[in-house]
Amino acid sequence: MTINGWIQILVFCGIVTVLVKPLGGYMTRVFNGERTLLSWIFGPVERGLYAIAGTSEREEQHWTTYTAALLFFNLAGFLLLYILQRLQGALPFNPAGMAAVPPELAFNTAASFMTNTNWQNYGGESTMSYLVQMAGLTVQNFVSAATGVAIAVALIRGFSRASVKSIGNFWVDLTRATLYVLLPLCVVLTLVYVYLGMPQTLDAYVEATTLEGVRQTIAVGPVASQVAIKMLGTNGGGFFNANAAHPFENPDAISNLIQMVSIFAIGAALTNVFGRMVGNQRQGGAIFATMGVLFLAGVVVCYWAEAAGNPLVHALGLEGGNMEGKEVRFGISLSALFAVITTAASCGAVNAMHDSFTALGGLIPLINMELGEIIVGGVGAGFYGILLFVVLAIFVAGLMVGRTPEYLGKKIEAKEVKMAVLAILCLPLAMLVLTAIAVLLPHAVASIANPGPHGFSEILYAYTSAAANNGSAFGGLTGNTTWYNITLGIAMLMGRFLVIIPALAIAGSLVAKKTVPASAGTFPTDGALFVGLLSGVILIVGGLTFFPALAVGPIVEHLAMLLGQTF
Amino acid sequence: MSQSKTTSIMDARILIPAIGDAFRKLNPKTLARNPVMFVVAVVSALTTVLLVRDLIAGGGNIGFSFQIVIWLWFTVLFANFAEAVAEGRGKAQAESLRRTRTETQAKLLKGDDIRNVKIVPGTSLKVGDVVLVEAGDIIPSDGEVIEGVASVNEAAITGESAPVIRESGGDRSAVTGGTQVLSDWIRVRITAASGSTFIDRMIALVEGAERLKTPNEIALNILLAGMTLIFVLATATIPSFATYAGGYIPGLILVALFVTLIPTTIGALLSAIGIAGMDRLVRFNVLAMSGRAVEAAGDVDTLLLDKTGTITLGNRQATEFKPVRGVSEQELADAAQLASLADETPEGRSIVVLAKERYGIRARDMGSLHAHFVPFTAQSRMSGVDFDGSSIRKGAVDAVLQHVDRTTVAAGNGTASVVVREPQAIRELQAIAAEIAKAGGTPLAVVKDSRLLGVVHLKDIVKGGIKERFAELRRMGIRTVMITGDNPMTAAAIAAEAGVDDFLAQATPENKLSLIREEQAKGKLVAMCGDGTNDAPALAQADVGVAMNTGTVAAREAGNMVDLDSDPTKLIEIVEIGKQLLMTRGALTTFSIANDVAKYFAIIPAMFLAFYPQLGALNIMGLKTPESAILSAIIFNALIIVALIPLSLKGVKYRPIGAGALLSRNLLIYGLGGIIVPFIGIKVIDVAITTLGLA
Repeated sequence: MTINGWIQILVFCGIVTVLVKPLGGYMTRVFNGERTLLSWIFGPVERGLYAIAGTSEREEQHWTTYTAALLFFNLAGFLLLYILQRLQGALPFNPAGMAAVPPELAFNTAASFMTNTNWQNYGGESTMSYLVQMAGLTVQNFVSAATGVAIAVALIRGFSRASVKSIGNFWVDLTRATLYVLLPLCVVLTLVYVYLGMPQTLDAYVEATTLEGVRQTIAVGPVASQVAIKMLGTNGGGFFNANAAHPFENPDAISNLIQMVSIFAIGAALTNVFGRMVGNQRQGGAIFATMGVLFLAGVVVCYWAEAAGNPLVHALGLEGGNMEGKEVRFGISLSALFAVITTAASCGAVNAMHDSFTALGGLIPLINMELGEIIVGGVGAGFYGILLFVVLAIFVAGLMVGRTPEYLGKKIEAKEVKMAVLAILCLPLAMLVLTAIAVLLPHAVASIANPGPHGFSEILYAYTSAAANNGSAFGGLTGNTTWYNITLGIAMLMGRFLVIIPALAIAGSLVAKKTVPASAGTFPTDGALFVGLLSGVILIVGGLTFFPALAVGPIVEHLAMLLGQTF
Repeated sequence: MSQSKTTSIMDARILIPAIGDAFRKLNPKTLARNPVMFVVAVVSALTTVLLVRDLIAGGGNIGFSFQIVIWLWFTVLFANFAEAVAEGRGKAQAESLRRTRTETQAKLLKGDDIRNVKIVPGTSLKVGDVVLVEAGDIIPSDGEVIEGVASVNEAAITGESAPVIRESGGDRSAVTGGTQVLSDWIRVRITAASGSTFIDRMIALVEGAERLKTPNEIALNILLAGMTLIFVLATATIPSFATYAGGYIPGLILVALFVTLIPTTIGALLSAIGIAGMDRLVRFNVLAMSGRAVEAAGDVDTLLLDKTGTITLGNRQATEFKPVRGVSEQELADAAQLASLADETPEGRSIVVLAKERYGIRARDMGSLHAHFVPFTAQSRMSGVDFDGSSIRKGAVDAVLQHVDRTTVAAGNGTASVVVREPQAIRELQAIAAEIAKAGGTPLAVVKDSRLLGVVHLKDIVKGGIKERFAELRRMGIRTVMITGDNPMTAAAIAAEAGVDDFLAQATPENKLSLIREEQAKGKLVAMCGDGTNDAPALAQADVGVAMNTGTVAAREAGNMVDLDSDPTKLIEIVEIGKQLLMTRGALTTFSIANDVAKYFAIIPAMFLAFYPQLGALNIMGLKTPESAILSAIIFNALIIVALIPLSLKGVKYRPIGAGALLSRNLLIYGLGGIIVPFIGIKVIDVAITTLGLA
C-alpha cells in the first residue's frame, strides 16, 4: 500500500461525500414535485408523457397498484428487449451484420438488463447491433435504474408520510427519475467522456493496418453515451467485453475517477433524500455513515490483500503486489478501489479481472454482493436494501430499550418483520441453492477455468453476482451455456423482484401508520450507536449466512496459498 | 399474594415438577407452538433414527453420535423446562387462589323482599341474579352491591387483612367472589357467572393457560422462523459444496451445526419470558387482562395521574393560620380548633393538630363547654360549633361571606360597627384567600359570630419522592399529566411543585376522554388509572387502563388491568414491568444471534477438516479434536438455555437512563457479550470433555 494509493482513495471518498447534499437536495425537490432548474425544459415533456399514459402527477397509488404498475412496466421492457435481440438481423442500425441472438442468451440478457444486473454472457462488440445496444440495452439501463430510484422514494414515503394509503405514483416517479436525474447527468457525462477520448459514433467498425502490416478491425460505436448511464445507473454492462478495462471505455485515471464517482453518486445522495424527506438529514447521514464504514473496511482489506500480493510469487524473487489481471494505467489501488465500489454498488463494471485477485482480495467483492449490495448499492436498490436491514436491526435491538421497536416514529411490527425477512431470505436462496445445484452438475462444473476452491468461487461468484443484480463477472467461468443462461437469469429475477415486492409491501404498511413523536425513550437512530448497531447486524445476519460457502471458497484458497498451494 | 410470599426462582417445589413437565411438553402439539424448538425436536427425532440404524448396522462413531443425539434432546427438554418453571411459579400462585374458590352456598333473592331467600349452590348463579350476603358469608360470585353497606375481608385476592367497606352507589360497589363479608349485610347483583369470575380469570392468567401471543411476540417469532430458514439454506447447501471438493459430511454433523446456528436460546426462552412478565405483574398485585396490555404498558408515552392519592397525599392539611388585621394568630387558631374539635374529617383533625403544635392549644371537652357541633352539609358548605350563644363557622370563603351577610342582616341595623368594619375585612380576607389559592392551597375562612377572623391555609401535601419519580419518567420518555378537579391556578401550583409535565384542571369525564383522544391522535399511547363509573369511558379509551380494585364494576370491566391494592402510583411500576418484558426479549435475541459467530469457528474447521485441513487455521479456540469441537458447541448451546432461565424469569433490569445509554449498555452486555461468552464457554467445555475422555 502506498501513500499515493491512499490519497487517490481518499480523493474519491471526499468527492462522493461532497456531492451527497447538493444532489440529495435536488433529487428531493424533484420527487416532491417542486420546481427545479430544469422544470422549464422537462415540465412540458413530463406533463405530455402523463397525458399520453393517462395519468397525472396528482394521482396517487396504493402500494399494490404501484407494484402492479412496476411489474407490468418491467415485463413489457423485458419482452421488448427479448424481441429486439431475436430480430436484430432483420432490423436497421446493424452495420456489422450481427445475427439473431440465440433464445437462452436473449432471455439471460433481457433479464439481466431489465433487472439492472447487466450480467453479460456475450461480448457486446461481437453480438449486439447498434440498435439493440441503444434502443434495447441503453433504454433498460435508464429505466431499470429509474425503477430502483422510484422504489426507494416510495419506501421513503412510507416513513415520511403518516396515516395515508398511497405511496406515490410509479409512472410519475419513473418519469422524474429518468428526466430530471439520469438524463441531464448523462448528457453532461457523455460530453466529458467524449472529451476524454471515448468514441461516440454510429459508423461501422474501423479497419486499421498495424505496424506489422496486419489488418485489424477496431470496434467503435456510441460508447461514451452508454458508459455514462452504465455507471450512473449502476448497470455495469459494458459496450465492450473488457468493460471498463478497455481503453475506449475508460481511457485514463481521470475518466476512471469520474466513473467511480458516478457509480456512487445517486445511491449516496438517496440517503440525503431520505433524511430530507423524513425531516432530519442526520437520519440519512447515519445510513450514509454505515455504508461508509462497511465500504472503507472492504477497501482496506482488498487493497491490503492486493498490495501484499502472493507470497509464492515473492518466493520466486518477484517483489510487489498482485498486478495480474490489472491495467497498468490504474495500478493496484485504483483496481482494488474500483472492485470494491462496483460490488458495493450493484454496478458490476470492472476495470480489472476479479478472477485474478488474491483470494482475500476477491473475497471482498463476494461479501459485498452477498450482503445484498447495500453499501451505497444499486441506484435505489441499495437504499431499499439497507432499509430492510434497518428494519431487522431496529426490531432486534429496539426491543432492548423497552419499547415496541420504532424507526422514525413508525412502529416496526409483525408485517414489516415478515416482509424484511422474506426479502433477505431470497438472497441465500438464489445464491447458495443455485450454487449447490450447479457444483453437482458435471456440465455446469465443466464451465469453470480452475479446479478446486477457486473454481468453486467462480460459480459462487456468478450466482451471487446475478442474484445481487450486480453483473460483474469473476471471469474464468464460461457462462454462455444453456444451464447458466437460464439459471443465472432466474437468479437475477429472484434477486430483483423477491426484494422489490416485500420492500413495497413495507412501504404500504408503514405509510398507513401514525407517526409516534420521538421522546427520551425513543432509541436514537441518527448517531454513532445506530451506525455501529446497523453495521453489526448487517455483518452478522448477512455474513453468517455465507460463512460455510466462503470457507470452502476464498478462505480455504487463501489458507492454502499461505501453505504453498494454488489452484 | 403479598410480596412476602414471592417464591424464589430456584425453589425445589417448582423445579422438581417442572422436570416432569419438560418431558410431557414433548407432545408435538405443544411443541408446534414454538417454531424454533419444533424444528429442533424434528431433527433430534431424525438423528435418533439414524443412531438406531447405526446401532443395528454397526459402524460409525457410535459413542460420539450418541452424545450428539442426547444433547440435541437436552436442548428441547431444557426449553420445555424453562417454560415449565415459568408456569410452575404461576401455578403456585393459582393454587393459593383456588383455595378461596371453594364451593359456596348462595342466598338467592326472589323479588325485593329480603326474607324471600332460597339457598342455591354458588355455581348455579347466573348473571343478573340478586343474592343476599350476610355477616360471615362468602360472596358467591363477582357482583355489584345494590343495597346496603358491609365490611368485607378481601385478603383472598389482595393479601391485605384489613377489611374494606363495600356499599351501594358511589365508587366502592364492586365485590369479588370468594371474599368474605365480616359485618352487616348487602344485596348483590351477580355480574359474572361461575367459571368466569375475577378469581377464575386470575387463575387462568397466572397459569398461562389463556396466554395468547402478544403482537411483539408474534413478530419476534416470525423473525426467528426466518432466521431458522436462512440457516436451513446455509447448512443444507454444505453437502453439495463438500461433494464438489470430493469430501463427505455426515448428516449428524450438519444437524449439529444447524441446531447451534438457529436461534435456540431465544426460541427456548421466549414463552418463559412472556409468562414471567405476566407473573411479575401478578406478584405486584396487578392483574392484566391480556399480555397485549403488559406490552402496551412498555410503550406508554403519556401517563394520566389523578392528583389525589397519587401525586398528593389523599388529604389536605392545615399548615398556617392567617388572621385579618386586628385578630391575633392565637385567636384565630383557638376559634378554628374549637370549630374542628368534633370534625372527624382529616382536614378538621389537621387543624386541631396544627393548633396544638404551633400554639399549644389543647383539645377541650365539648361536653363541658355545652357546645353543639354543626356538621358540614352540601347546602351550607360550612361546619362549626355553637356554644354559649356564640357560633364559629369555617368553610369555603364565599360560603362564609354569605353566612356573614345573613347574620348581619338578621342582627338588624343595631350593630353599625360591624357594617362599617366589614368591607375592609372582606377585601383583606379575599386577598389572603387568593394568595393561598395561587400557592396551590385551599383557603378555609373562619368566622366567629359575624366577625371575620381569618383564613386557615389547607395545603395539598405532595408525596415525598414523587418529584424524583416524575423526573425518572421524563428520562424514560414518558410525559406525565396531572388530572384534578381543582381550578387552573391551584392545579398549576401543585403541578409545578410535583414536577409533572402538564395538568388538566377542572377535569370532567368528558375532557379526560378528549385529552386521551387528543394524545392518541398524535400517535401516543396513553395510560391512566381510575375507579369511578364515570372513569369507565376514559379507562376503555386509554391504551393501558388500570382500574382500582376498590372501584366500580364498570371501571373494572373497562380497564385492561386491575390493581388489587388500589394504589394509583403503581402505574409507574407497571410501565417498568412492560419495558422489562420487551427488553428481556430483545436482549436474549441479540445474545442468541451474536452467539453464532463462535459456533461457526468451532464447527466449520472441524467439519471440513477431512478434505480441507487448511481450514484448521480457523480453529482459533484451539479445540482438541473435531469431535470435541462439535460436541462442545452443541453442549454449550444446550446449557446456555438453562443458564439463562433465571435471567428470563427475573427480566433484564430497566434503568431510566435514556434510550441511547440504555441501548449501548445492553448492546455491550448482550451483543458484544454474546459474541465473546461462547468462545470461552465452548473452550471450557472442550477442556472438560477431553479431560473426561468423552471425545
